[in-house]
Amino acid sequence: MKVGEVLPPLEIEITRTLIVAGAIASRDYQDVHHDADLARAKGSPDIFMNILTTNGLVGRYVTDHFGPGAVLRRVAIRLGAPNHPGDTMVLTGSVEEVDGDTATVRILGANAIGRHVTGTVTVTVPAPSGTAADARAEGGAA
Amino acid sequence: MNGRGGDESSRTGEGDGLAERLKGYEGRPATTGGVGRDPVNAPMIRHWCEAMGDTNPAYRGPDAVAPPTMLQAWTMSGLSGHADRPGRSAVYDELFALLDDAGYTSIVATDCEQEYLRPLRPGDEITFDSMIESVSGRKTTKLGTGYFVTTRMDIRAGDELAGTHRFRILKYAPAQRSPRAPGVSGSASDTARTGNTGAGARRPRPVVNRDNAGFWEGVGRHHLLIQRCADCGTLRFPWLPGCGACGSLDWDTVASGGEGTVYSYVVVHHPPFPAFDPPYAVALVELAEGVRIVSNVVGVPCDEVRIGMPVRLAFRRYDEELELPVFHAAEPAGTGAGGEG
Repeated sequence: MKVGEVLPPLEIEITRTLIVAGAIASRDYQDVHHDADLARAKGSPDIFMNILTTNGLVGRYVTDHFGPGAVLRRVAIRLGAPNHPGDTMVLTGSVEEVDGDTATVRILGANAIGRHVTGTVTVTVPAPSGTAADARAEGGAA
Repeated sequence: MNGRGGDESSRTGEGDGLAERLKGYEGRPATTGGVGRDPVNAPMIRHWCEAMGDTNPAYRGPDAVAPPTMLQAWTMSGLSGHADRPGRSAVYDELFALLDDAGYTSIVATDCEQEYLRPLRPGDEITFDSMIESVSGRKTTKLGTGYFVTTRMDIRAGDELAGTHRFRILKYAPAQRSPRAPGVSGSASDTARTGNTGAGARRPRPVVNRDNAGFWEGVGRHHLLIQRCADCGTLRFPWLPGCGACGSLDWDTVASGGEGTVYSYVVVHHPPFPAFDPPYAVALVELAEGVRIVSNVVGVPCDEVRIGMPVRLAFRRYDEELELPVFHAAEPAGTGAGGEG
C-alpha cells in the first residue's frame, strides 16, 4: 500500500437488471431507477443507476482490491454522467495518501458519456500478522 | 417553464422571494428520531451483495458485518413512503413542496459523503436524525435549472453513533427537450446517447423576430449582413431596431466581405451540452468592416486559435434547417469562402 499504487480497473456492465436490483436492494423506489417511461417524462433518456448502487460498487471496488480484512472508513462520491442501461462503467483508482495502515484512494468511474463518479475512499488495511512494524514503517515513510 | 397553469406560476413567482424562503430552511431538522424500518439483517445484506456482485466474505456467515456503504439503505422508507414513519419532520416536506410548486419537480442525487464509525451487524436497531445543512442559489445544470439541497444525517445503532451521511440532491425543472424526444420515436438505446453526447442532438434554434429576421434571411443566402444606419452611416451588429450613434430607426444593410480577425476567444472544454462536442473555440471575431460577431473558429485545433489570428467567413450547415456563420483560419492565398456543404 503505497502512494501512487494503481488499482486494476474494474469493468461493470450497466444492465437494466443491475440498475433495478441495486435500486431495490437499497430500498430506493424512485421511478427513474426502474420505469423507463416515467424516467423519460422527467427528462432522462432512460432509467439510470441510483447513487446508493454507485456507492456500493465503489466500496466493493476498493475492498475487492485490498481484501476482506480491509475496512472502509469513509466514502465520498460525486455523480456526473448517469449510468444508463447498455453502457459500461470502468472503475479506476490510485492511492493518493497513506497514513499508517490507512489509505485514501482516489476513484473514477467513467462510462461512454463521461465521468459517472469521482471521489475518494478511505480504507484501513490491517497489516498481515508479523509484518505490522514493516507496514507502519512503510506507511510512515510514504 | 414549470409546465403548470398560469395561475400557479404567478402565485409561486420566480423572484428573489423563493430563494430567500429556501434559505430559511437551512439548519432546520429534516428527521428527528427516525427509526429504521428493519433492524440490520442478513437477507437485506445478501440482496445488496448479490446486486453489487460483492463476494467479500466479511459480509457473510455468523460474524458478518453489513457492507458499510449500505449505511443509507437502513434509513430508507421503501415503497410504503414516509407517511407513517416516525421522525420525518414537516419541514423537509414543506421545502420539497415549495420547490415542486415552483416547477422544480424532478430530483437527482449528486453527492454522498459517508463516514463509518462502527460496523453494523445483523440485529442492530437503527435510529437517525438529519438536518438541512444548506440550500443553494438557483443553478442551471445540463439537466435543467434548480436548487441543490444538502442534508446531513447521523445514524446510530442503539445509542452508538455508527456513521454520518451527507447527501446532496438537485431538485430541478427538466430542461426543454427536443420535439423528437425519446418516447415519441426512436429506441431507448439510440436515445440513451442522444441526450448526453450530442450525437443526433440538435443545436438550439435561433430566436428569429422582426428585428433580426433580415440577418437570418441573409444567412440563408450565405451573406453575413451588417446593419447600416440610413442617416449617419454607422454600422451595427448584432441587429438592433435603432442606431446607437444617432438614434435613427432607418437602416439598410451591407454584406460583410468575410475577412476578420480573432478579437478574443475561449475554448470550451466543460460542461458538455447536447449537440456540442468539446473542446471547441468560441470567438469574438472583428470583421474588416469594424463590427464584431460571436461565432466559432472551426477547422483549426482549438489550441492554435490566437487573438489577432486572421479568419475568413464560411457557412456551416448543422441540420436540415440550421445553417450558421463560422470562421476558418484565413488561407494565405485568399481562397474563397462559401458553404461547407
